[in-house]
Amino acid sequence: MTTTLAIGQPTNRVDGRHKVTGGAHYSADMLLGSMAYAVLVGARVPSGRITGIDTDEARQAGGVLAILTHENLPRIAAQPPLIPSLAGMPAPGQTFFPLQDEVVHYAGQPVAVVVADTLERAQHAGALLRVSYEETPSVTTIDQGREEAYEPEAIFAGFVPGRNTRGDVDAGLAQADVRIDATYTFAANNHNPIEPSATTAAWDGDQLTLHDATQGVAATQLTVAALLGLTPSKVRVLSHYVGGSFGCKAMIWAHPALAALAARRVGRPVRLALTREQMFTSVGHREEQEQRITLGADKEGRLTALRHHKLSPTSHFDDWAEPSLGVASQIYACKNYEGIYRLIRANTMTPTFMRAPGEASGMFALESTMDDLAHQLGIDPVELRLRNYSDTDPNTGNPWSSSGLRECYQRGAERFGWQRRNPEPRSHRDGNRLIGYGMATAGYPVYGPNNPQRARARLYADGTAVVQAATPDFGTGVATVMTQVTADALGLPVERCRFEGGDTTLPTIAAAVGSSGAGMISAAVHTAASNLRDQLIAQAVTDTQSPLHGADPGAVTVRDGRMMLRDAPETGESYGDLLHRNFLPDVEAAGSWSPSPQSTRYGMMTFGAQFAEVAVDPDLGVARVRRMVGAFAPGRVLNAKTARSQLMGGMLWGLGQALLEANFMDPRRGRWVASSLGDYLVPVNADAPEVEIDLIEVADDVVNPLGVKGVGEVGQVGAAAAIANAIHHATGRRIRKLPITIEDLL
Amino acid sequence: MSAPHVPSRAPAAAVLPERGPDPVTVTLSVNGADHTFDIEPRVSLLDALRERLAMTGAKKGCDQGTCGACTVWVDGRRVLACLTLAIACEGREVTTVEGLAEGDELHAMQSAFIEQDAFQCGYCTPGQIMSAVALLNEGHAADDAEIREWMSGNICRCAAYPHIRAAIRTVRDRTT
Amino acid sequence: MRPISYSRASAVADAVAAVAADPTSDFLAGGTTEVDLLRQNVLLPRRLVDINDLPLTQIEDRPDGGLYIGALARMSEVAEAPAVRERFPMVAQALVLGASAQLRNMASMGGNMMQRVRCGYFRDATSLCNKRDPGSGCSALDGFNRGHAVLGVSEHCIATHPSDVAVPLMALDARIHTEGPHGRQVYAIDDFFLLPGDTPHLEHPLAHGELVVGIEVPGLRMARDSRYLKVRDRESYEFALASVAAAVTMEDGVIRDVRLALGGVATKPWRARRAEEILRGAPAGTETFRRAAREELSAARSTPLNAFKTELAQRTMIRVLETLTSPESRPDPETPTESPS
Repeated sequence: MTTTLAIGQPTNRVDGRHKVTGGAHYSADMLLGSMAYAVLVGARVPSGRITGIDTDEARQAGGVLAILTHENLPRIAAQPPLIPSLAGMPAPGQTFFPLQDEVVHYAGQPVAVVVADTLERAQHAGALLRVSYEETPSVTTIDQGREEAYEPEAIFAGFVPGRNTRGDVDAGLAQADVRIDATYTFAANNHNPIEPSATTAAWDGDQLTLHDATQGVAATQLTVAALLGLTPSKVRVLSHYVGGSFGCKAMIWAHPALAALAARRVGRPVRLALTREQMFTSVGHREEQEQRITLGADKEGRLTALRHHKLSPTSHFDDWAEPSLGVASQIYACKNYEGIYRLIRANTMTPTFMRAPGEASGMFALESTMDDLAHQLGIDPVELRLRNYSDTDPNTGNPWSSSGLRECYQRGAERFGWQRRNPEPRSHRDGNRLIGYGMATAGYPVYGPNNPQRARARLYADGTAVVQAATPDFGTGVATVMTQVTADALGLPVERCRFEGGDTTLPTIAAAVGSSGAGMISAAVHTAASNLRDQLIAQAVTDTQSPLHGADPGAVTVRDGRMMLRDAPETGESYGDLLHRNFLPDVEAAGSWSPSPQSTRYGMMTFGAQFAEVAVDPDLGVARVRRMVGAFAPGRVLNAKTARSQLMGGMLWGLGQALLEANFMDPRRGRWVASSLGDYLVPVNADAPEVEIDLIEVADDVVNPLGVKGVGEVGQVGAAAAIANAIHHATGRRIRKLPITIEDLL
Repeated sequence: MSAPHVPSRAPAAAVLPERGPDPVTVTLSVNGADHTFDIEPRVSLLDALRERLAMTGAKKGCDQGTCGACTVWVDGRRVLACLTLAIACEGREVTTVEGLAEGDELHAMQSAFIEQDAFQCGYCTPGQIMSAVALLNEGHAADDAEIREWMSGNICRCAAYPHIRAAIRTVRDRTT
Repeated sequence: MRPISYSRASAVADAVAAVAADPTSDFLAGGTTEVDLLRQNVLLPRRLVDINDLPLTQIEDRPDGGLYIGALARMSEVAEAPAVRERFPMVAQALVLGASAQLRNMASMGGNMMQRVRCGYFRDATSLCNKRDPGSGCSALDGFNRGHAVLGVSEHCIATHPSDVAVPLMALDARIHTEGPHGRQVYAIDDFFLLPGDTPHLEHPLAHGELVVGIEVPGLRMARDSRYLKVRDRESYEFALASVAAAVTMEDGVIRDVRLALGGVATKPWRARRAEEILRGAPAGTETFRRAAREELSAARSTPLNAFKTELAQRTMIRVLETLTSPESRPDPETPTESPS
């Protein structure tokens, strides 16, 4: 007798109906009684101090309820340290909270919060504030700060050392037959989910409720509680629908606490929604960066040395750089390695996670250089990578918990038609377009949480189940996937299972960041639902009235809402029969999961291979991507449909990174030049080619109970390099900057 | 169209009756039902729908006409509610995503979006769907190239674009 | 956005009288520029006069084979009109390549002629801008000016004119009809768009309260084979980095007549008259095209960031001319040409 498992099925999203009817309510959709509207007013200058705030005109505008500035806002109780929200602790995006004094550190830094009875009135009053500044010189670009760069002890909130070496890189370079030294530059990027960050705050006595657009309700709860000096139990955070994040809602910025303070001040619920313009100055960004790679290889293309340095601006408060050197230091066998981060103190906010933070940029540099190496040595780019394949994590020597990378190369190449590629640049044409094929390796670490992840499962006597965990679903499909996990653990049809999340009153889950969501939440949910199943079986085998009385619990299996003997399925009963007979309206169990200690003995990485075809108009300098193929080995796939969607989204993010997405500082003014979706270009429908995805399931019993390695970010890693390499193949031009735009190809 | 920005309070010509700037009573017909409420003339159609009528299907993604999340129909044509003043819609018929399904029966495009997984976070989805249905009515879905171009006014940051095209193809092929 | 009052007009004379009598009133048509810039606090009218009910939506044939397009005809309606598609394909192409389907349903043809620039410093009410605040200075001159103009620039303003459809209309010698406090006027399109010079805040020769009521497109047989090519970073929903509208007639390999205009590179829709002069009577061929393009852009004044547009504009001109003069590729008016991909 075979049973189709719910896990892996391409089940439609359980929240689909709400999303297509307008019935899904996001944080700025909450309409609370007598709600007021708050707007942020940002600093016009990048550096200096506020010398005065004239609020007279704003106060006289109709409907204004409060104007909060550093002159009247209470001081925060404490500034928590910057720790990635996956750690499960308070997680401020930067260790600076605005409106505490008159100092301005970056343009756009909030200098006032204006609250009024309607949005229009709040916005207008905000524009009427007259803030005077004494401006001081600013540094906002690499070029301005290059001379003052420093090497930090650690970056990424202390999680990544500023320097990583193995072997002797100079000796490795000396013994190389081929050396390549190349510098890559990257424009800054902004996440720009289509939902701007928003918080709706309401006080009931000393109890605060926040509807917040966040990747982790607990992260918002703990951060706001710490800033306001409240016990976490007095802060409830709800986040049922989040309109995309891509990292900008992974850390907790100032606006949720400011919304709470504003609501307390006016004695009414307050909504604070960032404007699109403020999304460029309020929620972090991927920093401008420069990466230099020096690579040595023997004649066969085997790496003998890799030196990878990065230089980037950070804020005045935090040593932050996205860890661009991480995966690039691990993906190939290379004994001699040196990676060094250097930072520049600049008048920007602290940069933050942005999809594939570090991997997307670092692997662009490495994979472009590898393509260069393949070209110089006349080795096929796929073959070159196979020659440098590593069975172990080169940083530790530990074996991979699972890999699948070789299969990714092979199946990706097959599906793409890589063998049709003539290695000679400019050898493929279609009319007046030059056609190019390019590929790159993808890799993304498997991160685990630092503390137990919890879930609760409840079965009702009618045979339906609810499983709860406090995670929001910001588009990953977690709510859908967890019903599938529950269904299999309890032996129920998926339609009879429901997932509830997005509420801090539910069992605590860390913020779903770093592609860890599916793995850690499924682990908690699977544990809870399995505990519930075991509990039910235990009750049945001890219930004299049960057909299963006296059976070995290990011999009982569950299917279609029934417990039965594995070897004699006709012997058994439904959950409902057991519960009704025992006057039980429901049965509940909790589950808790932490990464297994043995995981420290393995390297854990999700691997993939990217392939892209571009068409370049050599006269007009226009490059367009014609198709993309990605093969990924993300461990176990929980839902083929939602997993493909996430990988596809990541790959198309790679397209945006390659050809479109850029923000620059105007160094004279110390302000970002792009402040709208008309200036900061993200791909539109016409840019997006068809994307093919091959899922290669690899068994992994190390990472978590279900062997899930995550699909949220690996789709972007290597995609930009595959496109740039395809542009090289098409045109013979190696462009070492992102994005690659028309002026680079004219 | 521009006028010099003179922030004075010059007397208005008496030729046309003038409403506002204080709140005025307006009546909007949305999804076939009339709604009467008081708003300032500067209130956008988007904010009127969301904040006054509690119809939050149309989303605010940019408030600048650059993303398409607020797409609704006015007199049957897809437009951006963020750059439309609510008061200017008096006497016109406004249709939002809330008006698309027939009771519990989803519009074919809504079902196709679910089936094709044409969204992830869902925030741009109401706008995508209002555009997609309009696209078929306009006759601009003959092939993928046309769909791509004519759906480019709706940004999906999750980049579900290939699946959005698949959903549109499904409905097109079923109805033609 | 400041508080505003609202009036709705049903007759042109009423609308004109209302706005002309009040320096703090603006017309409101599609709203795609007006409402956007109201919210940016770049435009600060006290009152809007809604003209959407005015009877100005016609698309009419003229005896000379030309068209008269009412100012309130929407971009989408004009793009779909068979007369436009057949007789002036470059106009239909430019319209369809502009903005997005939603914006084209909203934006009126008159409003398109009146749209404001997309310069980020103009749109940011806290930056210095001679267009927004005469005499205050220009932040774009040594700011981020990759998208700014290389032709028709002055030391006071280098903002690019953003319209697509105005480019083929410039090539076609369209005429802009207005009605204002001083009665009806007709402007040659070249006179309708002013160069920034010392007065970048003056973009048109219109009096306050003077309303665009229609656009007259003179008949031009060779426009039936015309083409609009737009080059941009993003495949759609973006303003041009460079665009070219062109129509050509040939006789025995020699260019008999040509119309050529540029978009995305100049402070106004740019008629390429120098290039036209060189092309007229010259043998069709890449050499000629190259010479004409080079000559047209010889007056370009660029910055390090936008210097590529000088080259891009030339190459775009050459591409369009090659396409129009190569026997095997007649432009298909049914499918507007996307930037090449």
